[in-house]
Amino acid sequence: RIVAMNSMSVRNQTTTTAPATSAAGSGADMIFTFAAPSEVFYNQSKNVKQIDVPSMSGNMGILAHHVPILGVLKPGVVAVIENDGTTKRYFVSSGSIAVHQDSSVQLLAEEAILVENLDTKAAQDTLSDSQRKLQSAKDEREKAEAQIEIECAEAAIKASQ
Amino acid sequence: MSLLKALTLLQPKQIVWHGGSTRDMATLKDISRRLKSVKSIQKITKSMKMVSAAKYAKAERELRAARSYGLGAKSFYDNIELDKTADTTTNKHVLIAATSDRGLCGAANSSIVKNIRTQLNDTKTNLEATKIIALGDKSRAMLSRTHANNLLLSVNEIGKRSVVFGDASAIAQTVLSTGFEFDTAEIVYNKFKSAIAYTTSRQLVLSGDTINRSKNIGVYDSLDSEVLRSFQEYNLASVLYYTMKENAASEQSSRMTAMDNATKNAGELINKLTTYYNRTRQSVITTELIEIISGAAALEQKA
Repeated sequence: RIVAMNSMSVRNQTTTTAPATSAAGSGADMIFTFAAPSEVFYNQSKNVKQIDVPSMSGNMGILAHHVPILGVLKPGVVAVIENDGTTKRYFVSSGSIAVHQDSSVQLLAEEAILVENLDTKAAQDTLSDSQRKLQSAKDEREKAEAQIEIECAEAAIKASQ
Repeated sequence: MSLLKALTLLQPKQIVWHGGSTRDMATLKDISRRLKSVKSIQKITKSMKMVSAAKYAKAERELRAARSYGLGAKSFYDNIELDKTADTTTNKHVLIAATSDRGLCGAANSSIVKNIRTQLNDTKTNLEATKIIALGDKSRAMLSRTHANNLLLSVNEIGKRSVVFGDASAIAQTVLSTGFEFDTAEIVYNKFKSAIAYTTSRQLVLSGDTINRSKNIGVYDSLDSEVLRSFQEYNLASVLYYTMKENAASEQSSRMTAMDNATKNAGELINKLTTYYNRTRQSVITTELIEIISGAAALEQKA
């Protein structure tokens, strides 16, 4: 899952003013869907101004009329900024992001939780468990699995603080 | 006796009513034995109905949450319009049958298998390039009888517990590593409409190569192949999860209806059998009385 960061433009935290594609609707806002397999956070919501997502190719800020993209998420925090300015922060473990030509955005997370509900202690316990697993890993596959766990637990700890 | 065999008794048969003069085709003991077994079957189907009603409520709740997730994943394939002029005869196609391990759920599993069979039996289908992945023992059993050569892979332990995303991603992993490089795949499942209705539907899934070849993919900015591959794998797991959830809700609702009907039929049969039993009992008593009285009358006459 390690994507080589090449000369492809790395979008950083500040908003990207991507050129509005000619196919964009007449001033249509972003239609935002954010869901996990067991919970829905936003369903075709028109109330969202901007989202910041931690993708494999770096942190991205997405507004309405963003250029269509497909991306894969890495463990981190998704910030959703609604039209009235309120920001909600969710920790996501992994997933995918898709922005289509009609300004519809689908953020599908495997697991997502509000950062307020993160338990730092549990995350730290998981981190030490997975570090131990890495030590005792027997083959490449177990090593990779342990490393993924570590990455996720570290991001969770960071997000909860 | 097996539950399935016993259930055939639940079709209300025409009880032939002889006159009191002929010997009854079934003795009292036979009738009472049959009555006892039908009563216990009714109890079983009633409890199965309640169990599946509880499972249905849970499945429907989980489906509501999974729907937005699933529709979001589906919309990716909607946005990628498949190149219609592509040569369909060389298209390698996989049909994924989403069924369950357990039966007694009405037409839920058989409608999916029927849907797949009509496609396989259609002469226009290229049987060499069409493979089946059976999720659930029911579809495996039904399809391995006629199309065992096309069966690529089967998965079981489906239907007992509710589906979690981990299951779907494990299945997606297996689907992608079978070695059969498919171009398109279709998941055949039962889309849940309401507690009494579902429709057998298909969800199209595209392989990484097909996506790359489609014309809309260029719209997506700076997409590299690694990201596209991860994205497509994750999307397959998401779509599988969603269709399995829909199917689970349909299956439980169908089982609830089937068991309810079986209970009603058993009740009708019990009523008919009880009436028959009572009449038989009365006719036996009458016959005995007649014998005794005619015996006594004969003695009296002699005296």
